Amino acid sequence: MSRQDALVSADWAEENLDAPNTVFVEVDEDTTAYDGGHIPGAVKLDWKTELQDPVRRDFVDKAGFEKLLSSKGISNDDTVILYGGNNNWFAAYAYWYFKLYGHQAVKLLDGGRKKWELDGRKLDTEVPQRSQSSYSAKEQDTSIRAFRDEVVNAIGTKNLVDVRSPDEFSGKLLAPAHLPQEQAQRGGHIPSALNVPWSKAANEDGTFKSDDELRKLYEEQGLDSSRSTIAYCRIGERSSHTWFALHELLGETDVKNYDGSWTEYGSLIGVPIETGPGQNDSGKS
Amino acid sequence: MCSAPDQNTELPAGTDLSKESVLVGKVTNGGSPVGGAYVRLLDGTGEFTAEVVSSASGDYRFFAAPGTWTVRALSRSGNGQTEVAVSGPGLFTNEVQVA
Repeated sequence: MSRQDALVSADWAEENLDAPNTVFVEVDEDTTAYDGGHIPGAVKLDWKTELQDPVRRDFVDKAGFEKLLSSKGISNDDTVILYGGNNNWFAAYAYWYFKLYGHQAVKLLDGGRKKWELDGRKLDTEVPQRSQSSYSAKEQDTSIRAFRDEVVNAIGTKNLVDVRSPDEFSGKLLAPAHLPQEQAQRGGHIPSALNVPWSKAANEDGTFKSDDELRKLYEEQGLDSSRSTIAYCRIGERSSHTWFALHELLGETDVKNYDGSWTEYGSLIGVPIETGPGQNDSGKS
Repeated sequence: MCSAPDQNTELPAGTDLSKESVLVGKVTNGGSPVGGAYVRLLDGTGEFTAEVVSSASGDYRFFAAPGTWTVRALSRSGNGQTEVAVSGPGLFTNEVQVA
């Protein structure tokens, strides 16, 4: 994996809106953004209602994913270009999710909706009509997905990268600061985790930093590249962004995303929790 | 859960201002509201904490904690920022002018 396999620029996207076998997909939690205007020709994917099982806390199963992509008119040999709001958090999550079910040709639009909008590029309200396809998914590739027992066992042995903001990491906040702080679970982080906020991997306009900057960042923060890595956040979407930076851009081999993340870990009975700044923290609040 | 809440000035039901520190404000340019701006909340060290998109009337809202915060707005008509000191729970009103 490398940057040109995984990421496309807004310029490239604009020139390839009508390219054959290429499907643009906007992924958001709140799909009203799409409804108000999206990249011309893009279809929408709802992070919550379409990618999550409506009853159990888990993803839709293989058959459910096949049905979903077929209904969107996406075929196995299509190149899927994902983008979205929130600095591409949910688009990065969907990227990881598509990889989990074995879709090979998937790329992320660098900068997502934000850069597209700030550049003043064209948005459209017309919803494209795509004919039903017959999509076939693979079994989940769990080499990129971490589950809770593995995370508990990783304490002190693997790189645990907590990509939430410093205040969420320390336990001061339980959710990002644009949300009400009503959650009931405990605050803090997994012992031995490094705090490398996802935002350090991105520029202000939402694009990813260069490979050199990213490599320097994770080195400086104490990531041991001889060890396996598990990234987590609160619900697994910001950590998909960091998983993307480490696994897809930098080509680190054994990197998993823990999608249960803090909403699962911080609610488990009996597991160790640390509060306060992390070991890689340089005296922040 | 991580998307921007409706950025109108009315606080969501159940918001307890005796416990929560809420930052509300407007993005303006020459006195006119700027909708669709990307409004970023940075903590006292300059670290990114949250981002929302301003409403058509230029409004934004964050749920923060006591401390010093920078609210920075990026828009097609320019960027700008302001500092906000949050002393404790309550409603803190501010404005970011972009140019």
